[in-house]
Amino acid sequence: MSTTALLVSTRKGAWIFRADATRTTWEIDGPHFLGHIISHMVLDPRDQTTLLAAAKTGHLGPTVFRSTDWGRNWQEAVQPPAFAKVPEGESGRSVDHTFWLTPANSNEPGVWYAGTSPQGLFRSADGGVTWTELPSVNDSLKFREWMGSEKDGTPDGPKLHSIIVDPRDSNHLYFGMSGGGVHESLDRGVTWRVLINGMEVPEGFDFDVANPAFHDPHCLRICPNDPDRIYQQNHSGIYRIDRPSDHWVRIGRNMPSAVGDIGFTMTVHPRDANTAWVFPMDGSSVWPRTSPDGKPAVYVTRDSGATWQRQDAGMPAEQAWWTVKRQAMCCDAHESVGLYFGTTSGELWFSADEGLRWRCIARHLPEIYAVEAAVF
Amino acid sequence: MKVLIPGALRSYTQSHEAAAHGATLDEALEDLDRQYPGIRFRVIDEQGKVRRHIRIFVNGASAESLSMHMQPSDEVILVQALSGG
Repeated sequence: MSTTALLVSTRKGAWIFRADATRTTWEIDGPHFLGHIISHMVLDPRDQTTLLAAAKTGHLGPTVFRSTDWGRNWQEAVQPPAFAKVPEGESGRSVDHTFWLTPANSNEPGVWYAGTSPQGLFRSADGGVTWTELPSVNDSLKFREWMGSEKDGTPDGPKLHSIIVDPRDSNHLYFGMSGGGVHESLDRGVTWRVLINGMEVPEGFDFDVANPAFHDPHCLRICPNDPDRIYQQNHSGIYRIDRPSDHWVRIGRNMPSAVGDIGFTMTVHPRDANTAWVFPMDGSSVWPRTSPDGKPAVYVTRDSGATWQRQDAGMPAEQAWWTVKRQAMCCDAHESVGLYFGTTSGELWFSADEGLRWRCIARHLPEIYAVEAAVF
Repeated sequence: MKVLIPGALRSYTQSHEAAAHGATLDEALEDLDRQYPGIRFRVIDEQGKVRRHIRIFVNGASAESLSMHMQPSDEVILVQALSGG
């Protein structure tokens, strides 16, 4: 009988929820790192044992913790992600927090990527014990221009996120920057090209659509069974790209106009590249970043974004003003795909039937930043 | 010299007090890191600056800089400043 594990990262610590294959009852393991801000906790799918957790506290600087026994013991990185020290008198950058963790493919055991705030890209070749910069991004004057200043990102800092390793080719990488666009490398991060054609910029301003600085991808997801297809939830809509095309198509135009196509998160079906889910939020006026009209719902497409269907059975019908952050929705790989999301109000929601019916499996957690599912 | 450790860092030292050696405050923190790997980066960033919500006191007065000279009899206090809810 397989085990399903949910790795839940929050503003005040991390939790692990476990269930058997029926996913009927969930056992709670935690808190781990109570009081730490955990941006992302990820299982290494190559050994299904190693966990990495990106952590900081309100006072202390950022680090990465590593466990090889499912969180019973944690070891701190010897050399966490950090920018190079600049010469005396010059102004250098300091990592505020590691935001995103991505394991590489099975042909690169021990290799991980990390995205930070302020925006930086790092790689570990030893399972997260030591981290080194990718100078092609961190030292690039062009990237620095696209990254902008602290004002050009989310309230707790601009983020490099959605690091994707093509499952067919470990040299083929993608990442997103909030803000700063989408970028692709074909040589394992030595050189990069911009991938923003078709992506729109906030309406009503005279922004140059060709300048990556004005693009704010929130979440990129590659389709496991068709890695030429990537979905994107952006500050300015929902998109899909089918490589080798370099043109994003705004499939969010097909969402109901009353709901719109703004949100943070997105997830894709493990075996059907035509199926993806989003969690729309209110991106109107002052950007409340709540569920639209206080009525939360997931929307699913089964036809690559041509049409969308609302999925809210079991969710509050009104007066629920939470939303879901970019790392906080995911799915598992069961035959009947389980969908999960964690809310800004600390609730963990689950559907055992691909979004048809939902139930809340945990309440009163701290604000949830990330949810990752693993079946082993 | 004696270094008083705040609660947030006792996972490193297992104690509220540690001993460190060095001619400057920076050297003392380096020595502390040798004894308790990782502790310095939680307090001092990669550009050599004290992190935003950390304060360091030497003999009861706010430390003027990490390059300040130290005596073996000095007492260092690492403090978690207010950082919000």
